[in-house]
Amino acid sequence: MDRVNKAEDLRELRNRLIAAQDTSRPVVRVCLGPGCLAQGADKVAGAFKKAIKDRGLQADVKPLIKETGCHGFCKLGPLVNLDPSGLFYAQVKPEDVEEIVEQTLVKGQVVDRLLYTENGNQYQTASEIPFYAMQQKIATRNLGLIDPILLEDAIINGAYLAAAKALSYMKPEDVVKELELSGLRGRGGAGFPTGRKWRSAVDAAKKSPGMVYIVCNGDEGDPGAFMDRAIMEGDPHGVLEGMLIEAYAVGANQGFLYVRTEYPIAVKNLKRALDQARDLGMLGQNILGTGFDFDVQINRGAGAFVCGESTALFSSIEGKAGEPRAKYIRSVERGLWGRPTVLNNVETLSNVPVIIDEGGDWYAHIGPANSPGTKAFSLVGKVKNVGLVEVPMGVPLSRIVEDIGGGVPGKDHFKAVQTGGPSGGCIPYSLKDVAVDFDSLIKIGSMMGSGGMIVMDDTDCVVDVARYFLHFLEEESCGKCLPCRLGLKGMVEFLDRFSRGEGSEEELDELVSLGEAIKDGALCALGGSAPNPVLTTIRYFRDEYLAHIVDKKCPAGVCKSLITYSIDTDKCTGCGLCVRNCPQSCITGETKTPHTINGEACVRCGMCLESCKFGAINVA
Amino acid sequence: MSDNKEKTDGLVSLVIDGQPVQAKEDWTVLETARHNHIHIPTLCYHEAVQANGGCRLCVVEAKEGNWSKIVVSCLYPVKEGLQISTSTAKVNNVRRWILEMLLAECPASKEIRTLAEAYGVNSTRFKIDRPTEQCLLCGLCVRVCEEVVGVRAISFGSRGVNKQVATPYMVPNNACVACGSCVTVCPTGAMQARLNMVRGNVSERTGHGHAH
Ligand SMILES: Cc1cc2nc3c(=O)[nH]c(=O)nc-3n(C[C@H](O)[C@H](O)[C@H](O)COP(=O)(O)O)c2cc1C
Ligand code: SF4
Ligand code: SF4
Ligand code: FES
Repeated sequence: MDRVNKAEDLRELRNRLIAAQDTSRPVVRVCLGPGCLAQGADKVAGAFKKAIKDRGLQADVKPLIKETGCHGFCKLGPLVNLDPSGLFYAQVKPEDVEEIVEQTLVKGQVVDRLLYTENGNQYQTASEIPFYAMQQKIATRNLGLIDPILLEDAIINGAYLAAAKALSYMKPEDVVKELELSGLRGRGGAGFPTGRKWRSAVDAAKKSPGMVYIVCNGDEGDPGAFMDRAIMEGDPHGVLEGMLIEAYAVGANQGFLYVRTEYPIAVKNLKRALDQARDLGMLGQNILGTGFDFDVQINRGAGAFVCGESTALFSSIEGKAGEPRAKYIRSVERGLWGRPTVLNNVETLSNVPVIIDEGGDWYAHIGPANSPGTKAFSLVGKVKNVGLVEVPMGVPLSRIVEDIGGGVPGKDHFKAVQTGGPSGGCIPYSLKDVAVDFDSLIKIGSMMGSGGMIVMDDTDCVVDVARYFLHFLEEESCGKCLPCRLGLKGMVEFLDRFSRGEGSEEELDELVSLGEAIKDGALCALGGSAPNPVLTTIRYFRDEYLAHIVDKKCPAGVCKSLITYSIDTDKCTGCGLCVRNCPQSCITGETKTPHTINGEACVRCGMCLESCKFGAINVA
Repeated sequence: MSDNKEKTDGLVSLVIDGQPVQAKEDWTVLETARHNHIHIPTLCYHEAVQANGGCRLCVVEAKEGNWSKIVVSCLYPVKEGLQISTSTAKVNNVRRWILEMLLAECPASKEIRTLAEAYGVNSTRFKIDRPTEQCLLCGLCVRVCEEVVGVRAISFGSRGVNKQVATPYMVPNNACVACGSCVTVCPTGAMQARLNMVRGNVSERTGHGHAH
């Protein structure tokens, strides 16, 4: 591809690429995002390529195959989109490909059985499906649309135009002002205003002339979260463009992209994009003839959750142990190698080109005034439409979980939603209409975090859930400070006791007090937010804790010490299947007469429950 | 006039527990408190090495205008007009939990027991995994060895709940110059107890340079 030496070259290149597109050819887009890939999307893409080759299709029906990033509707993967018809096929298997080629590509007909159906409505195109219709995509705008391998795809869709506008027609100061105007707040968790962060770095650099660094945080360690992964894999040029604009605004010539080590595809796609951007002339020296130099280095994460924390991340890039440092001097003043450093999250940066393109004022008018813009969420757990969604900030939680997410399969409603990752808070159904924005979530004891949402139903026990998250964080604690290293372990001890029905109401209050001590005392935000799941579940589900401690019952039927298995004599046919599955051999009974479980020997493994075909096993 | 003089001397004025005090610009709150004989408990702090803010026992409440926050005094820089309280309800709550957990973490340490008692913590509800443990992983020994002695004979092995002070690869090593600095700075008896693991049998040492 031609090198661009000035802003005008880029626009001309784009026009040439658009003109050169063969619009007569159909396009088949196969989603290769994390969800679809796990369901075998690569085999579907392979089947398309093979079918096209084997059949020797004529030029006008021979499709272009594009392997795109995540569309979001992971539940229905593998997903296939066709252009120009706009058809949307869900749960496509390699065996279906032959039929799609024959019916749709050759004959121009719709394969009805592959269309998505919901509540009796069949949808031909994605945009009509409620899941998509209720979203607004800015950070994830190109996911599902472009093939991340192809630079021309990105350019046709407008990549680097915003950077060209910034570098060629705006002063760095104007870029910072535009970001301030937009009101964009960091998507990595803390929600710090991005424009203000950039401004502080500029001020710090004035006071201490020399190198300024920018770092993009792609360490995404929350279990169940994959927004940043999807963006890095599916729109790598969008991330690089955000970094380029940021670098220009704060006067940095070197950027670092810190990518979670478990994300090999993201690393591969970003590396390729780096090379493409260098060849294009959008990275390197004298970009677009403006005299501005900027390049990016990719760093693989150190494999610990805490390395996503700013000071630990900087230590890790500097080649030291990834441990947080107490920071009473902000990293915009003293970050990497003691120099002013701006750290921003992947999703934050991927909003930046659109803000430059459309203007800060346009962005500021999306969502509530104090948390403008859109936010991507990964929706997981007991929810029908598991996947990736992007909505304007401030929408009610129920819009995301119930309207877009489709609610809990087979249940009236959810019991709770954990927002903000493992150290976020657990929001009860009674607060289902809380506005999802930074400040509203903090107000109810939870937080936005990076955007993970874990949906729970009445088969989830809050004591068990809190214990699970705490245990995860206990293992991820770097061990440097005592409130976190010892405190999280101590909280787990409390929860272990409660889940066995031990403890008292006073101890519940003591656990809250310990949680507060850790929040106040911990060195970094890992420990500082770790008690949240415990504190919020105690706040909103105190009765369920008391049921454990006082009544010795686990209402959700999860805590092993507090449940008993028994056999419903009316339903039991005496088939004996459970007897054969019980590892303790504690089920007895004559064939064809109701059986009984010896509660003393039972280890509550649940094997009988799983094996019984008559629903005769009761858990209480 | 005196105002002017203070400024040129680079002094800042702040208040600790209601008492107006002055500090050099580059002092921390802890240094200022100690200079004025105001007691703040510490475990991982020693003048000889860089503070790392790990034990969190030295927490205080810092107030500026209508903003207040719990901070560690061993790292928090002084600032004109800062108001420090060394024993508010929040501060005491952090300390009491740390001390109770330490009683379970290093149950064999007399020093920890004495300190805990001074703050009214006489027993612990937490599980004791290692009854003979005295080390709280404050890292003073590691830091003094690296920063002051300059030999790095000891380091932290592993991380998180499995963290421990050890020699590289868990073998006694020649890097140790048997200076005893680590024993001196250790706030508990822990380093004394494990000294031989670090330096090996001194009489058998060859003295041929440093390991690793
Ligand atoms: C334990 C811990 C883990 C974190 N992990 C991430 C992460 O994976 N990605 C991220 O962008 N921010 C993470 N953060 C937040 C970062 O420290 C930082 O606030 C953020 O990257 C700043 O970017 P933003 O202003 O664009 O959000 C983490 C924070 C903590 C305390
Ligand atoms: S809060 Fe936890 S993760 Fe953070 S420094 Fe302390 S021990 Fe390490
Ligand atoms: S041995 Fe002593 S100085 Fe070293 S970490 Fe343990 S308690 Fe601290
Ligand atoms: S003395 Fe300040 S944290 Fe340990």
